[in-house]
Amino acid sequence: MGLFGAPGWPPMLFNDYEVGDFFDEMFGEANQPRASARTLVNNIESLAPGEFFNRQRAAERALLQMGITFNVYGERAGAEKIFPFDLVPRIVPAAEWSRIERGLKQRIVALNLFIDDLYHDQKILKDGIVPAEIVLSSRAFRKQCMGFNPPRGIWCHVTGTDLVRHRDGQIYVLEDNLRCPSGVSYVLENRAVMKSMFPQVFAQSRIRPVANYPSRLRDMLEFLAPDCVTAPRCVLLTPGTHNSAYFEHSFLAQQMGVELVEGRDLVVDEGYVCMRTTKGLEQVDVIYRRIDDDFLDPKHFRPDSMLGVPGLMDVYQRGNVALANAPGGGVADDKVVYAYVPRIVKYYLGEDIILPNVPTYICSEEADLNYVLDHLELLVVKAANESGGYGMLVGPHSTAAQRAEFADKIRANPRNYIAQPTLALSRVPTLTGDHFEGRHVDLRPYILYGKEIFVLPGGLTRVALKKGSLVVNSSQGGGSKDTWVLADAPVPEKDEFSPGSPSLNALGAA
Amino acid sequence: MLSRVADSMYWMSRYVERAENVARFIDVNLQLMLDDSSGEGQQWLPLVNTTGDHEEFTKRHGKATQQDVIAFLTFDAENSNSILSCVRTARENARTIREIISSEMWLQLNKFYLMVTAAAETPDAVLSNPHDFFTEVKNANHLFNGITAATMTHGEPWHFFHMGRMLERADKTSRILDVKYFILLRSAQDVGTPFDDIQWAAVLRSASAFEMYRKRHGRISPRGVVEFLLLDREFPRAIHFSLLAARDSLHQISGTPVSTFRHAPEKWLGQLCSDLSFAGIDEIINGGLHEYLDELQTRMNQAGAGIFETFFAFKTPKSGRRQTQEQ
Repeated sequence: MGLFGAPGWPPMLFNDYEVGDFFDEMFGEANQPRASARTLVNNIESLAPGEFFNRQRAAERALLQMGITFNVYGERAGAEKIFPFDLVPRIVPAAEWSRIERGLKQRIVALNLFIDDLYHDQKILKDGIVPAEIVLSSRAFRKQCMGFNPPRGIWCHVTGTDLVRHRDGQIYVLEDNLRCPSGVSYVLENRAVMKSMFPQVFAQSRIRPVANYPSRLRDMLEFLAPDCVTAPRCVLLTPGTHNSAYFEHSFLAQQMGVELVEGRDLVVDEGYVCMRTTKGLEQVDVIYRRIDDDFLDPKHFRPDSMLGVPGLMDVYQRGNVALANAPGGGVADDKVVYAYVPRIVKYYLGEDIILPNVPTYICSEEADLNYVLDHLELLVVKAANESGGYGMLVGPHSTAAQRAEFADKIRANPRNYIAQPTLALSRVPTLTGDHFEGRHVDLRPYILYGKEIFVLPGGLTRVALKKGSLVVNSSQGGGSKDTWVLADAPVPEKDEFSPGSPSLNALGAA
Repeated sequence: MLSRVADSMYWMSRYVERAENVARFIDVNLQLMLDDSSGEGQQWLPLVNTTGDHEEFTKRHGKATQQDVIAFLTFDAENSNSILSCVRTARENARTIREIISSEMWLQLNKFYLMVTAAAETPDAVLSNPHDFFTEVKNANHLFNGITAATMTHGEPWHFFHMGRMLERADKTSRILDVKYFILLRSAQDVGTPFDDIQWAAVLRSASAFEMYRKRHGRISPRGVVEFLLLDREFPRAIHFSLLAARDSLHQISGTPVSTFRHAPEKWLGQLCSDLSFAGIDEIINGGLHEYLDELQTRMNQAGAGIFETFFAFKTPKSGRRQTQEQ
């Protein structure tokens, strides 16, 4: 075993790997590896029989022993699972990444301006660019934030935008996750595991590092502290060990070197937030909160919340503590507001959007509603305020009964639903039994908005491990892969896509 | 440091130490049984007493058979003091403070947990040769303590860890001594026989104290064993040693000089150490060892309660006590 492989295993070759009728991230025309993937493909094919399989098992064992797990809601309280990990990475060439990076920055700047406008003059509503009732009826719109200026004018400090690539080769934005997006800890841990599994490939390729994310995050948080504080104390506020992302909260706190606190560790004292220590109360200046707005402060939001800190919002509004992300910012990642993002970018920046939206039907508009109800079997329907794959209908994989049930829900509350054509997500080779098969992936890069905007060169590639499945969420049988962003532009490829202008019809037919 | 974090450090350490001690109790009893050709030495109920779960056990199992007692103390998920429960609770505590402890500590505790849960899946196979399993448990804790000592800053969180471990160890050594003394002296005619020697040697072994005892006292005698496990200042599993170490950590935490006190637990633990320093073994035995150990346990519990009250308990803020961060 180990270096010499294991007898009885076939060598891992890509000879009979099938790209299928999809965009494959690793193989282009005529099953030739893309330029960016050649080093890796050669390395994998040169391994002794069984060695790849050994490394896959070693990686899984390492993740289990490190306790890199998530909790699944709806199962036994506190049940932990490993997030399945596949050893074949997704590779992003430098030129493509630089376009993604520009697109993400453009989007986040515009969304930040949008949120600020909504809580001040609401010019965009008055100008009729976004219908006022859409925004004002959103559950994520917080009247409590009207007129408020968050520290340094920033609302969305940490964003994890979901990107997908369709059969046409074009990358689309699927969702803007402005509310405590999770997953970045897997990016860092997956990379650590990959470096130990493929040191030669790392030595030969120019893969951009991701390990400085925690330092960037801490810098961003400290940037938010009030000017009068010389050594700001930042903390990470978690709902506790039963939260599905608890591992990540703990990991980030450790990597940043800040305290991980629960609501019960914090208390408001004379207009400041303090934490209870063995030596008394100590003041807190910046809170990276991984708790939803609803639960932050029982005095302002849900009165039954046991997770938050009573009086926190008063301290925040006085400017005595900074919160990241800012309460109220979630209004811009409402799934209906999402449909207007290209217009929002145009309105504030006067620019065309770099990374397009997936074309979206808005069920509160009658023509769209009728189309959606007539074509449920072709569409993905999403509830406006759910995430993590919950409250979602994937038309082509649904039963007639499920569609009927969803049709009733949509008619009862059209404002709460949007629909999108089913995309043929791109694929990456994935270990399946003793060979590779293509599996569908998405990509979530992470963006930090502090003194400047930082896009982590990498991100979480989620993969739907079930054959043919398009659902990549960890709660629904998805796994993850490392994401390699290359530093140098490789020789231009013939098979590089040329971004066209997407239309609903083209996508529906694809 | 956060009160909640201090609480978790303290209990994480107590529970890992407890798991090791339970493994020691069972292992020594099994060893004793092997040396006892008459079969009369088979005493399993006292083991349940050492973890203080007598009532719970009798309610559920009735008579204490070897099989039931071992199952109850190793893999019974409903017994909060079984090895499985102890390791699980320790790990749950560790999970809430992963960002405080070193990643090596977490890795070892998690491996420990995976080892015990895997064993609990096939209890019959494991218990058919239990000695290996108990040795693994002991070694897993030794490794955890060694890793902790070598990878974690010996600052305030570490002192909470160390204090918890030492108080737990003192408590368990006192219980093992209490129970064994009671059983072993049940028949006066045994005193001085070869069987008696073997029994006392087994008590020493259960505290990994046999060789160290030989170096200090030479001949095995009940008086010597009690003196060694209770009053020795240098043997690391002796009660006196453990309480001195716990006291030192407590003073490191609060910064109060030893021999003075600023809060109740410092006072109680200080008095306890002082009493042990000036105690004579003959007085203790003549006054009744059981009564002495009983009082000792009550006073250790009092110190534990004081630690909770002083450092962990929820208190409403008193204004004007807030500090800004010092760097």
